[in-house]
Amino acid sequence: MNDVRHDPLITTLQTLADLTGVSGDETKVRRAIKPLVENHVDTLRVDALGNLITYKRGTAENPLRVLVTAHMDEVGFMVTGHTGEGGLRVAAVGSIPERLLPGTHVWVGQEPLAGVIGLQAIHRLHGESFPQAAPIEDLVVDIGAKNKEEAQEAAPLGTVITFATRCREMGAVLTGKAFDDRAGCAILVALLQGERLPCDLYGVFTVQEEVGLRGARVAAYAVEPDVGFVLEGTLVDDLPKHEKDVSPTTELGKGPAITVMDRSYITPPRLLSHVLKTAAVESIPCQLKQPGISGTEAGGIHPARGGVPAITIAVPCRYIHSPRAVLHPNDLANTLRLVRASIARLTPETLAFT
Amino acid sequence: MNLKLLEKLTQTFGPSGYEDEIRAVIRAEVESFADEIHVDPLGSLVAYRQGSGGGKKIAVAAHMDEVGLMATYVEEKGYVRFTLIGGGIWPGVGSRVRFADGTTGVIAVEHRDDATTMPEIHHLYIDVGATGRADCPVVVGAPAQFIGPLVHQGQRVISKTLDDRVGCYILIEVLRQLNDTPHDLYAIFSTQEEITLAGARTAAFRIDPDIAISIDVTATGDTPKALPMAVELGKGPAIKVKDSGMMAHPLVRDRLVEAARKAGVPFQMEVLTRGSTDAAAMQLVRSGVPSGCLSIPCRFLHSPSEMADEADIDNAIRLLLTALHTVA
Repeated sequence: MNDVRHDPLITTLQTLADLTGVSGDETKVRRAIKPLVENHVDTLRVDALGNLITYKRGTAENPLRVLVTAHMDEVGFMVTGHTGEGGLRVAAVGSIPERLLPGTHVWVGQEPLAGVIGLQAIHRLHGESFPQAAPIEDLVVDIGAKNKEEAQEAAPLGTVITFATRCREMGAVLTGKAFDDRAGCAILVALLQGERLPCDLYGVFTVQEEVGLRGARVAAYAVEPDVGFVLEGTLVDDLPKHEKDVSPTTELGKGPAITVMDRSYITPPRLLSHVLKTAAVESIPCQLKQPGISGTEAGGIHPARGGVPAITIAVPCRYIHSPRAVLHPNDLANTLRLVRASIARLTPETLAFT
Repeated sequence: MNLKLLEKLTQTFGPSGYEDEIRAVIRAEVESFADEIHVDPLGSLVAYRQGSGGGKKIAVAAHMDEVGLMATYVEEKGYVRFTLIGGGIWPGVGSRVRFADGTTGVIAVEHRDDATTMPEIHHLYIDVGATGRADCPVVVGAPAQFIGPLVHQGQRVISKTLDDRVGCYILIEVLRQLNDTPHDLYAIFSTQEEITLAGARTAAFRIDPDIAISIDVTATGDTPKALPMAVELGKGPAIKVKDSGMMAHPLVRDRLVEAARKAGVPFQMEVLTRGSTDAAAMQLVRSGVPSGCLSIPCRFLHSPSEMADEADIDNAIRLLLTALHTVA
C-alpha cells in the first residue's frame, strides 16, 4: 500500500468526508467534487434533485451505457424546534443509533456553529434511567445560545446538523465521519479521473440516498443505463462478540464487499459472477456481504424504466452512521480496482438473460 | 386439468432473482403459441400474441419467482444460517429446503429455555448433514427453495409454490387455448414479485399497455380462526376489488365480472387487507395503466404446503379466455 498521505484517493476522501452534506442539502459536497472531475469528463450537469451527472464517452464502437453512482449525502440531524433555554430540538435525517449521541460534538448549519448534544450529568443518573438511551426527540443540541430568540436566529427550523469529526489516520486505518458514502464518492472521482473505458460511463454523485434512494432513482431514469454499479460504504461487524461463531457481515481489510441480496434488491446472478470472476482473474481480494441486510441505491436503480441489472460494491466501514467510522485504505484502493476492471470487462452477454 | 404441467411448474427451482430454471420450463411450454418471445433485463419472459385488430394492448402477468431462503453464514460445524427471500414466510422446524445444486437441508432450531414463543429467524439454521465448514456444500449467498411435492386429493391440490405457479399455469393454458381475439396479448411471466414487484413493473414499462391484469393467489377466510375475509376455496376465482397495494380499476374489475357471468363460472369479489400483486406495480408505470387482478384462492400461503381448488383454477382459465375474446 502507498503511503496514505500521498494517495490521491485518500486525499479526496479526507476532503469530502469532512464536509457537511446531510440528505437534502448536499451542495458543499457537490461543489467540492465538481472541480475534481470536470476536466476528466465530456459533460457534466446538475439535475432537478441535485444529482451531479457526469458523462465520459467510451472507446468502443457500440458502447454499453454504464451508470455508476455514489451518494453525496450523509446521515445527520435537522432542527425541528427551539427550547425556552436556547437549545435546539432535532430529528434524525437517516438512521442514527440513539445510544451514542449525548455528549457528541456537532456542527450546526452550513457555516457551521459548534454544538454539543446535551446530556444529563452522570451524577444525576441512577437506577432505571441510567442504561436507557434517550430517544432523539428528547435530546437538546446546545449551541451556547442565551435564549430561544438567539437560538432561532442562529439555527432556524430546518438547519442541518452533522457530526463534528475530522478524517484522520489511525495506525494503518482511517477514521472519520460520512465514509458512508464519501468513500464511494472518492472512488467514483478516481474512476472518472482515470483512463477512458470501452463503455460510456455515467458517473452520478447522488442525493438523498439515506432517506429513500431518491437521487439514484431519478438518475437511473434520466441516464437509461444498460447496467448499474453502486459504490457504497457498508457495515462491518468484525469485533469480538459474545457469541463467536456468527457472521461479521463484512470484515475490514478483506477487500470490497459485494452484495448478493439486501433488503432493496437481488443482484442478477450473471452480474454477480462477472464481478467475482473479475476479482479472481485480477487477483483482487473481495468478500460477499452477509445477505439480507440494509438497502442500497441498486434498489432504486433496478426498477427504472424497462429494468436495469445492478450491483453494489462497497468499502467495508466499522461504525458507520456514527461520528467516527473506520476503514482500511487497501479496501478503498481494491474497490476502485474491482469496479474499474469489472466495468472494463463487461459485454452485452454479461447482462443478457436467455 | 393438466396435473403433470402444474406439478412441473410448482416443483421447478426459482426463488426471486434466480428464475433461470423456471423460465426455461415456461419458455418451452409457450414458445409455439407466441408470435414473439423475449426476456427482458430483469429476466421476465414476455410472450406476445398479436390480435386480429381493433382491440386493446393487454398485459397479463403471473410471477415465476417463489419465496425461499438464502444462506448468510456457514458456521464452523457446517450449520447454515439463513435469511428469507420474500415476506410472510414461516419456516417450520423439520421442513426441508433444496439449494440450486440439489443439496437438501433440514430447518432446525436452537435449544431455547423458553420455547413458548415462536422462534425468530436467528434461532433457526439449516442442517445439510455436513461435518464442518470445509465439507459444507452451501456457500454464503446460495438461494434455496422449500420442498413440498404436489398432491391431488379430491378437488384440492396441495403443493409448494402454488404461489404463483398456478398463475403461470393459467397463463400458459390461456395462451394455448386463445383464438380469435381482437386484442394484442402480452403474457408476462415476471420475476422478483415476492420482493419488489420489479419484474412486472419494468416489463410493463416496455410494453406500455392499455390494460394490465395480474393472475396471482390470494388468501382465504375459510380456515379456523382465519382473519375475516370473504374468499373461500372452491367458490370460484376471486376478482380483486382492493388489496394493500392498489384499488383495482373499476372498469377492469367490471370487465372481469361480466366475463365471469358470460362464461357461466362462479366467482367471488376479493378485498385483501395484507399483501399485493404485480398489478400494483403495473398500474403505476409511465402515466398510469388501468389494472386489475384475478386471484386463485389459496390456503397456507408461503408455506411448503399451499392448497388450492382444481375447479377455481379451471374456471379462472375460462373466465380469462372469455374476457380476452370479448371486444373492449
